[in-house]
Amino acid sequence: MTEEPLLRVSALSKFYGSRVGCDNVSFDLWPGEVLAVVGESGSGKTTLLNCLSTRLLPSSGTASYRMRDGQFRELYRMSEAERRFLMRTDWGFVHQNPADGLRMTVSAGANVGERLMAVGDRHYGKIRATAVDWLSRVEIEQDRIDDEPRAFSGGMRQRLQIARNLVTGPRLVFMDEPTGGLDVSVQARLLDLLRGLVTDLGLAAIVVTHDLAVARLLSQRMMVMKDGRVVESGLTDRVLDDPRAPYTQLLVSSILQV
Amino acid sequence: MTDIATYNFAYLDEQTKRMIRRAILKGIAIPGYQVPFASREMPMPYGWGTGGVQVTASIIGPDDVLKVIDQGADDTTNAVSIRAFFKKVANVAVTTDTASATIIQTRHRIPEHPLTAGQVLVYQVPIPEPLRFLEPRETETRKMHALEEYGLMHVKLYEDIAKHGRIATTYAYPVKVEGRYVMDPSPTPKFDNPKMHRSPALQLFGAGREKRIYAVPPFTDVVSLDFEDHPFEVQTFDQPCALCAAENVYLDEVILDDHGGHMFVCSDTDHCEKRREEGHRGHLAPEMMEPAQ
Amino acid sequence: MPTPLVVSDVAKSFTMHLRDGIKLPVVSGVSFSIKAGECTVLGGPSGAGKSSILKMLYGNYAVDEGQIIVTHEDGLIDLAHASPRTVLAIRRQTIGYVSQFLRTVPRVSALDVVAEPLVERGEERETARGKARTLLAQLNLPEKLWMLPPATFSGGEQQRVNIARGFITEHPILLLDEPTASLDATNRDVVIELIAAKKTAGVALLGIFHDHDVREAVADRIIDVTAFAPGKLAA
Repeated sequence: MTEEPLLRVSALSKFYGSRVGCDNVSFDLWPGEVLAVVGESGSGKTTLLNCLSTRLLPSSGTASYRMRDGQFRELYRMSEAERRFLMRTDWGFVHQNPADGLRMTVSAGANVGERLMAVGDRHYGKIRATAVDWLSRVEIEQDRIDDEPRAFSGGMRQRLQIARNLVTGPRLVFMDEPTGGLDVSVQARLLDLLRGLVTDLGLAAIVVTHDLAVARLLSQRMMVMKDGRVVESGLTDRVLDDPRAPYTQLLVSSILQV
Repeated sequence: MTDIATYNFAYLDEQTKRMIRRAILKGIAIPGYQVPFASREMPMPYGWGTGGVQVTASIIGPDDVLKVIDQGADDTTNAVSIRAFFKKVANVAVTTDTASATIIQTRHRIPEHPLTAGQVLVYQVPIPEPLRFLEPRETETRKMHALEEYGLMHVKLYEDIAKHGRIATTYAYPVKVEGRYVMDPSPTPKFDNPKMHRSPALQLFGAGREKRIYAVPPFTDVVSLDFEDHPFEVQTFDQPCALCAAENVYLDEVILDDHGGHMFVCSDTDHCEKRREEGHRGHLAPEMMEPAQ
Repeated sequence: MPTPLVVSDVAKSFTMHLRDGIKLPVVSGVSFSIKAGECTVLGGPSGAGKSSILKMLYGNYAVDEGQIIVTHEDGLIDLAHASPRTVLAIRRQTIGYVSQFLRTVPRVSALDVVAEPLVERGEERETARGKARTLLAQLNLPEKLWMLPPATFSGGEQQRVNIARGFITEHPILLLDEPTASLDATNRDVVIELIAAKKTAGVALLGIFHDHDVREAVADRIIDVTAFAPGKLAA
């Protein structure tokens, strides 16, 4: 077990003028750990995710990331070039809408291969072989490799987006409602796939979701947000089985039983 | 000089020329980098070489000898008009001879005759941004250049191989300049790409509508992008020029009749004429046809 | 005999914020310890808080007061105040748990559900599957079910998958929440054998068994949970 966290977040706040995006959020994320951030729309969970993934700069607070060389780097002090490099090598970002994370007009194979080419891979045969391998890992038929994602179903697009993100072997993946907008059966397949990949690759992940079942299935730890603040956090099964904060109790009691 | 009295020398006013020269100098200082400039309205439509004409107008002097080619030809409308324009507004000497020209303005070709130190090749560029078709946002492409994020360029080549089994891009083939900026060489055939590499001539690129100028200084590395297992290759032709029998030159297909008759001839008209003057004959050269009649 | 788990003065209540914040005390003054190689049974009527105690010991319920000291990786850790990460490590290495119901995951086969805790502890997947096969066979789960996800299994079949999952690892502490509730006599006997084997291996077991026969067969000691009823001072 690694002795140091992968990501250290301290007193992170983001204000939009006088409105609160997220307020005073602190946590550590360890390698191989999946953290779910739950709350209703407007609770600040997406703002938090965007700050953490440096797509948005916070108003105050710090986040430091342990680079592959073991050194902690303060994310908001890195140059844009370094941050973008981090984002396409050591990190992944899975968008709720696959069209935001994919290039819809280039083939599935090129979508998967882009990150490899971006880090300097210049052997077509190897890039293609890696793409084939990743498509099969996300259960996309090999003969779809030259099709554009426009011709894919929603579930397939989402799986392609995951393959595109994981191909460089990232250590940290951000996911924004990864199963949002999918049919229940498609969701189950995707969740199972994500669960397997996260375990097999030892990924750390921060998953934003409003679906407590998704949080239960994917994450070990959970943060509940309301009005930009973390109202409760802890082990996922503890938070769901023994919710303490009034808002968490409301959330848990609102789950529909099948 | 009475002919040109109504215009400033070379049509553009001195302030504009100075502004464009500054952009050119910056372009030379940062090989392959697209320098924005305040492109002027020219007395010709966009797409007819307004960028190239502004660059030429800013660097031309009374002692220059100007050659203008369009797809390699000195005698097409665009080439003839631009030559006539500078003859009128700058009263400069014009030529079709590659070797004796000091400035060569070109649309979509590099002359076959090797360029020499002291010559300037001015390209007319329609779309200067090589990343444009893959990334529509200018803010993003500028950032990608700044951060040297060029993975996308290879995505395009990957798609070519995936679809056609080889890199099917034949013109506007992307190059990397001096190991830093990826550049669109304008829609020249990729056949001409190797001529750009370490060329003794100064190469200037003007995009009038897109308001960008960029440059490749003499003796600069210009490397065509490729894959290790799909290396860059130029087009080859399985027959020589039908008029001058030249090999290893870029050929145009010319339709001869409405029965499918056609021939392949040098795209560089000056080169072809010079060879014929030297006595080279292709199988469809008029001199070769006469004895048969 | 070592005592890998010591509970002292633990109290637990639920505050129902959705019902005007009424406070429902569950247990208080919970103090006991369990010993390696013994099976300790929590006794008392339904609603006395047996399950809640078990869940607190697994970190599944928060603890209001008191300490739960666990021997974990040659050290002593207070589970009641441990960080989520430590609780996860304790669950991986030290405390196993067989719940009353199996929480199934879509599309994961019964075999992999059983093998998973071993894989999480770093075992090769195939080795883990081998052990899972042995256990499932021992528990008489028909082989044709092994590769199917247990979501559609009967209650008894799911429970056997759950038991196999809990017994496959070599956790020094094992918590059992009515593992035999929906089993037939044959399989109940298998579970009794499995528990006996764990005792021999030096595992400290703590369980809830409503079935009188099973309790008789496995219990070394019975702790009466009614002694921890809130408002009553622990003796």
